[in-house]
Amino acid sequence: MMNLQIKTAPAGHIKEARFSPYENNGGTVLAVAGKDYCVVAGDTRMSEGYSILSRDVAKLYQLNNTSILASSGMHADMVTLRKSLDYKIEQYRHRHHKEMMTPAIAQMLSNTLYFKRFFPYYTFNVLAGLDENGAGVVYGYDAIGSFESIPYCVTGTGSSLITSVLDNQVAFKTQMKNKAELSFDEVVDLVKDCMTAAGERDIFTGDSVDIAVITKDGIKYEKFALKKD
Amino acid sequence: INAEYMGTLSTWFFFSAFFQVMYSLPSEPQSKPHQEDAVDILQSNRGGFSFDLVKRNAILAATGLSMPIAKKTGTTIAGVIFKDGVVLGADTRATSGPIVADKNCEKIHFISKYIYCCGAGTSADTEAVTGLVSSQLELLRLNTGREPRLATALTRLKQHLFKYQGHVSAALVLGGVDALGSHLYTVYPHGSTDRLPFCTMGSGSLAAMSVFEAGYKDKMDEKEAIDLVDQAIQSGIFNDLGSGSNVDICVITKAGIKYHRNYRTPNERLYNRKKGYVFPRGTTDVVKETREIFKNQIAISEMDVSA
Repeated sequence: MMNLQIKTAPAGHIKEARFSPYENNGGTVLAVAGKDYCVVAGDTRMSEGYSILSRDVAKLYQLNNTSILASSGMHADMVTLRKSLDYKIEQYRHRHHKEMMTPAIAQMLSNTLYFKRFFPYYTFNVLAGLDENGAGVVYGYDAIGSFESIPYCVTGTGSSLITSVLDNQVAFKTQMKNKAELSFDEVVDLVKDCMTAAGERDIFTGDSVDIAVITKDGIKYEKFALKKD
Repeated sequence: INAEYMGTLSTWFFFSAFFQVMYSLPSEPQSKPHQEDAVDILQSNRGGFSFDLVKRNAILAATGLSMPIAKKTGTTIAGVIFKDGVVLGADTRATSGPIVADKNCEKIHFISKYIYCCGAGTSADTEAVTGLVSSQLELLRLNTGREPRLATALTRLKQHLFKYQGHVSAALVLGGVDALGSHLYTVYPHGSTDRLPFCTMGSGSLAAMSVFEAGYKDKMDEKEAIDLVDQAIQSGIFNDLGSGSNVDICVITKAGIKYHRNYRTPNERLYNRKKGYVFPRGTTDVVKETREIFKNQIAISEMDVSA
């Protein structure tokens, strides 16, 4: 006699238990392109659910002397993506006898991401660097590789808290009369303020911020403290 | 029993039943719509939950509309019994999903003069349930002429929460002093309770409980107890993402209450932009300007207000 277990779920209460390969480890990253510099920043908190896994994990990754990849999302995918890009940049260096420039890396990153169109890297990337003329350039990406060159980009859990401020204070979108060119000190000051504000209201952003400034003379790093709650 | 009398009764019952059946049969459509009367108004203002929109919300959710999320308190709340009474502690962060809705909210609620209650879970639920029980206890105090007891607050809370089968999402730490001594209870959203010497609730409860388990001892004095609760709440604030900002402490003894709002503030804002945010006059573009003079349209008439 078969022992049939017929499961009838009450309407609207159907639940399916399933392993999810993705996890959002939180955090916010941003980059601002200037006339001859680029400012990149990312918080250093790595979280899982309501717990903190680490207070000091870098979201910024230097690809070569002129480019930094900043990403938020799933840490495991971030690490793998970086490895993959490193390998390709090294190959390019051997084949073409020159360093890969930021716009070329931008296209390559897009292709790498789209290659996994149907099982994406859970990473929200921002690529920052200097273009062929030495001007600052920032590329913003979605998870599957759609990208464009923009004056500034914020991604991550605190992105909606910061984007509007940059719209107002970097692009002067709603106050065209007060439009001004910002020096990189002013941009760094603004970035620190924005990350502090994101740290206040977004629970996944905090602990500290890595700030990198890319100029033709190289990349300088700074660490800036945020609230740890 | 008089058989004749019975016959009359039974005939009456049969007749009235028949009459009722006849009356309830839908014969013709009602000539006038049902007017709203005093009974209807009383029914609609009875309070409690109204389930009118449940079906409509379910339909909307099925079409893919995202439902608004209730503001939850994330939270670390804790309580400890010491030599002379009870110390309650709470953090001050209220979250709406991943966003901090309130950086300095009050989670230690007044129940009665010597009874306070910390609340975790959905903000509206904790406020409503503690407010309700506080009102009930005040009425009881006036009716009996006695200070209300914790067991009463406890019973009122648990019976209310059980009635709503956990849908009122309030996890509470109830503490205070009454005629029978000092007490500390936890109340869970489904209505169960525990009486304990130390307890924690909320998303930061594990962080706080680890501090309690390491540092609790019987018959602490006031300072030791406050320090322990402070450390426990801070543990929740820094290790749990649902809790944050400041520590509130409430000390309840026979002698009275000491409510230390923001006892500790380890999370002041660290950085402010040097030049600030200044918007000179004329920043916002004026697209259109219209003026209407109302003076001519207002009629002024004098009124005699002498008594």
